[in-house]
Amino acid sequence: MLALLMLNILAYMTPNPDKTQIIIHLLSVISQNSAGQFFSSGHTNNWAVLVCTSRFWFNYRHVANTLSVYRSVKRLGIPDSHIVLMLADDMACNHRNPKPATVFSHKNMELNVYGDDVEVDYRGYEVTVENFLRVLTGRLPPSTPRSKRLLSDDRSNILIYLTGHGGNGFLKFQDSEEISNVELADAFEQMWQKRRYNELLFIIDTCQGASMYERFYSPNIMALASSQVGEDSLSHQPDLAIGVHLMDRYTFYMLEFLEDIHPASKTNMNDLFKVCPKSQCVSTPGHRTDLFLRDPGSVLITDFFGSVRKVELTMDAINLTDPIKQMEENPVNGEEQKEVYSYADQLPVSEIIHQKPKQKDWHPPDGFILGLWTLILLVFFKTYGIKHLKHIF
Amino acid sequence: HVFIIFLKKIFRLKTKQPRGRRWEATEVKEAATVDAAADTQGTSAPETVVPSSVPQPKDDFQEELVIRPLHSGDIYASFQFRTLWDTDFMRENKVSHYRLFPKSLGQVISKFSVRELHISFTQGYWRTMQWGQPFIPSPPGAELWVWFQDSVTDVDATWKELTNVLSGIFCASLNFIDSTNTVQPSASFKPLGIGNVTDHSFLRYATLPREIVCTENLTPWKKLLPCGSKAGLAVLLKSEKLFHSSFHSQAVHIRSVCQDWQCKTTSWELRQTVNSVFDLHNSGQAKREWSLFKMFSRTLTEACPLASSSKLYIDITDNPQGEQFELSPATSLLSQAVVLGDRRTFSVYDLTQETTFGSVRSLNLLIRWKSNEGEMLRPLLHAERYVAGYGLQTGEIHTLMYNNHPYRSFPVLLLDSVPWYLRLYIHTLSVTSKGKDNKPSYIHYEPSKDRVKPHLLEMLIQLPPNSVTEVTVQFERALLKWTEYPPDPNHGFYVGSSVISSLVPSTVAMDTNSTRERPLFSSFFPCKEESSYFVRIYTEPLLVNLPTPDFSMPYNVICLTCTVVAVGYGSLYNLLTRSFQIEEPNPGLAKRIANVIRKMRGVPPL
Repeated sequence: MLALLMLNILAYMTPNPDKTQIIIHLLSVISQNSAGQFFSSGHTNNWAVLVCTSRFWFNYRHVANTLSVYRSVKRLGIPDSHIVLMLADDMACNHRNPKPATVFSHKNMELNVYGDDVEVDYRGYEVTVENFLRVLTGRLPPSTPRSKRLLSDDRSNILIYLTGHGGNGFLKFQDSEEISNVELADAFEQMWQKRRYNELLFIIDTCQGASMYERFYSPNIMALASSQVGEDSLSHQPDLAIGVHLMDRYTFYMLEFLEDIHPASKTNMNDLFKVCPKSQCVSTPGHRTDLFLRDPGSVLITDFFGSVRKVELTMDAINLTDPIKQMEENPVNGEEQKEVYSYADQLPVSEIIHQKPKQKDWHPPDGFILGLWTLILLVFFKTYGIKHLKHIF
Repeated sequence: HVFIIFLKKIFRLKTKQPRGRRWEATEVKEAATVDAAADTQGTSAPETVVPSSVPQPKDDFQEELVIRPLHSGDIYASFQFRTLWDTDFMRENKVSHYRLFPKSLGQVISKFSVRELHISFTQGYWRTMQWGQPFIPSPPGAELWVWFQDSVTDVDATWKELTNVLSGIFCASLNFIDSTNTVQPSASFKPLGIGNVTDHSFLRYATLPREIVCTENLTPWKKLLPCGSKAGLAVLLKSEKLFHSSFHSQAVHIRSVCQDWQCKTTSWELRQTVNSVFDLHNSGQAKREWSLFKMFSRTLTEACPLASSSKLYIDITDNPQGEQFELSPATSLLSQAVVLGDRRTFSVYDLTQETTFGSVRSLNLLIRWKSNEGEMLRPLLHAERYVAGYGLQTGEIHTLMYNNHPYRSFPVLLLDSVPWYLRLYIHTLSVTSKGKDNKPSYIHYEPSKDRVKPHLLEMLIQLPPNSVTEVTVQFERALLKWTEYPPDPNHGFYVGSSVISSLVPSTVAMDTNSTRERPLFSSFFPCKEESSYFVRIYTEPLLVNLPTPDFSMPYNVICLTCTVVAVGYGSLYNLLTRSFQIEEPNPGLAKRIANVIRKMRGVPPL
């Protein structure tokens, strides 16, 4: 009540630009209940790891799958710096693509999921099982740039999306290697031990996808798959102009579902489980929530697909010290004897012709040569005796 | 009490003025007013002197676009964005205030002690015979060459870290650059910026011919520009049109240049270039008519507010009276420049002037072709390369260099970097011109080491006038270990382009005054003498098939062996350990009933 009174008084007293700041400030103070609900999931940042594991032009749909999830995730607020996108082959600028720099998800080229602002972190031959597991567990070589790392902490919610060709218990990477469900489960356990996630949502769109989440044993993991063991995930529709199938059914209907979500929506996971029933998908999507602590009905879609912007409320003023050090002023006048620079000669023919070959440093003879000569000398002196030495030298 | 707290907060909020983002030209008087303000406050609080009282190093941004209609009906568009900055990255105090120069590249320069950096991503191959010479040449795929400062102690380790960092900045797989495809040229690739010391141990050159260019490389490239892709010429860089072209190359060049004609102080120059050739037939046009909107799906509405100059040049040298094509809207500004050994005339559109945009406030250039005549001047130097031979064991690399000048001969420096799995037989190297042997005046050869480093062959050859010089070398293909094959080995393995650097005689006197205000496209390669100009040509990359094993064989072998072992051993084991028992055949129904009755009676069965 007091706060509302203050709000009224301030509304008359302050100029406009600051008024909005104070009102937001006060509203957040007032609505402590919704703030509590806002932070109930316990996570403070969101990450996404989106992987397409198939190579070759006829696997266009897998790249389109991954890019459509990338697009939804970006739209709902996760920035590029928090998304690790791995595409095993390039479809957009492939020479067989009749419309370069585009990847379509709907036939008749309605929706270009590639867009104009895309950052692929791992592409082509870099998408391997080893790199994928290293990204998850964080064991990357020290010179790896930040955009290629999953820098999550124990308050991160991570969305992991895999698509490609798979089988009972494995997922094929680039037609040459596989990752098994046991390896994946162990990687997630490593992540749990190192406290690299708060909650994890694992979505997989491959044939027999449910086999990939059977072996998980770490807490706080929720998993969805596009088909059960023994079933194939099917593709949605071909486009006659491009000549290949554009999307897989499960991801197509999931994309339609996600297009209705906006950053403030309250849809929860139970709605995501209902996406693509058997009538639309032909395969039976499955999900697994027994490892998850919270009730799926209380988990918002935006907990994983969107991004939290944490606001810290403070009443104190902070003094910022000036971090920029005063630079030494160089004397501008004087120093007339500065050397004159010049451009290097691009093809100095005479210099090149007379360039001496690099003198290799003289190394003392190798151990082998030394040993050989010692042997020869020993044999010589053994046979002929030391007293002949003066005749030789 | 709460009311008082709120009042206090109001006052604090009032004094904290949010700084509006208004782009203003850097003018000296702005610094002077801040100086005056700082002086009055300086006496009271010496520790908190406003930092901008020290003059910040000046930076300058220029952008230009050159459009040159080619004789084949294609259009060559070359964008150049140049940022000049007078700072010193190599001093101890880290540079912390960045304005026009992108911070990510500035940090790369200071952390890795880079003297010069040139990186390019290209899709397509530049066809010299049909299109002439490009302003900025580049090979297909990705190419990176770097000169490090003298202070670097371990160049190879720094090179490895630099490639990793650049792969993150440009979203490319530059981390595949390692010792197996890096070479240290001994005479080519002299620094394009200023510098006297040229110890080639600080130079590294690598190329990835397989690297693709797509929107994910263009996006971070555009983010390095001061105006991004929001204003100026960069709004034309739309990926859907740029990648639908015959040739597309984007590059970043960083070097030190002279600040003025005296050249006593240097400044850092960052050039970002895009070269594209748009195909007439590709875009499905019936009549030969080009407009900015058709090429780029955008028109120009304003220059970048941070740019000191923003110009659009159209090459009208072949069109002195307007008989070849017609340009609209017409412009009266003309400019002449000597570039690539030729004096060319350009129509200039200055985008910093309001009048250029006319009443519709947008500039959509239209070029309408009238006639088909006109022969292109044959380029004086061009080259080809191909693999000859048959089978999967041996082959021959042929490099042909054409000198089309009628009476002058000139030297070329050929750099070949061949991967280790093509074992070159250097004793079969032969250089012939007009059928006779042509001995190179300088040969530098570094043999390869399996899985460690590639072959490096550098030769300085004098090309006789009006001739074809052929360089041939035989090679043998190596068998790789089965883990070393990429996932699609039947595609083949790429051999990077050869680089041919040459001083070609020019028909007009070149401008050696390097610091006068010149258009950007004519000032990329420094000019030391008037009679010739420096040119660099790249040949085609080669695609070579290596003997590929059948990767299903391990699986087949395991299946076959296990089957044979199971059947053989199983049969043997059964024979040795099985014991035989005689078993009564099944009795008939009557006998079985009788046996049951006898069992019930307690009598032994039949």
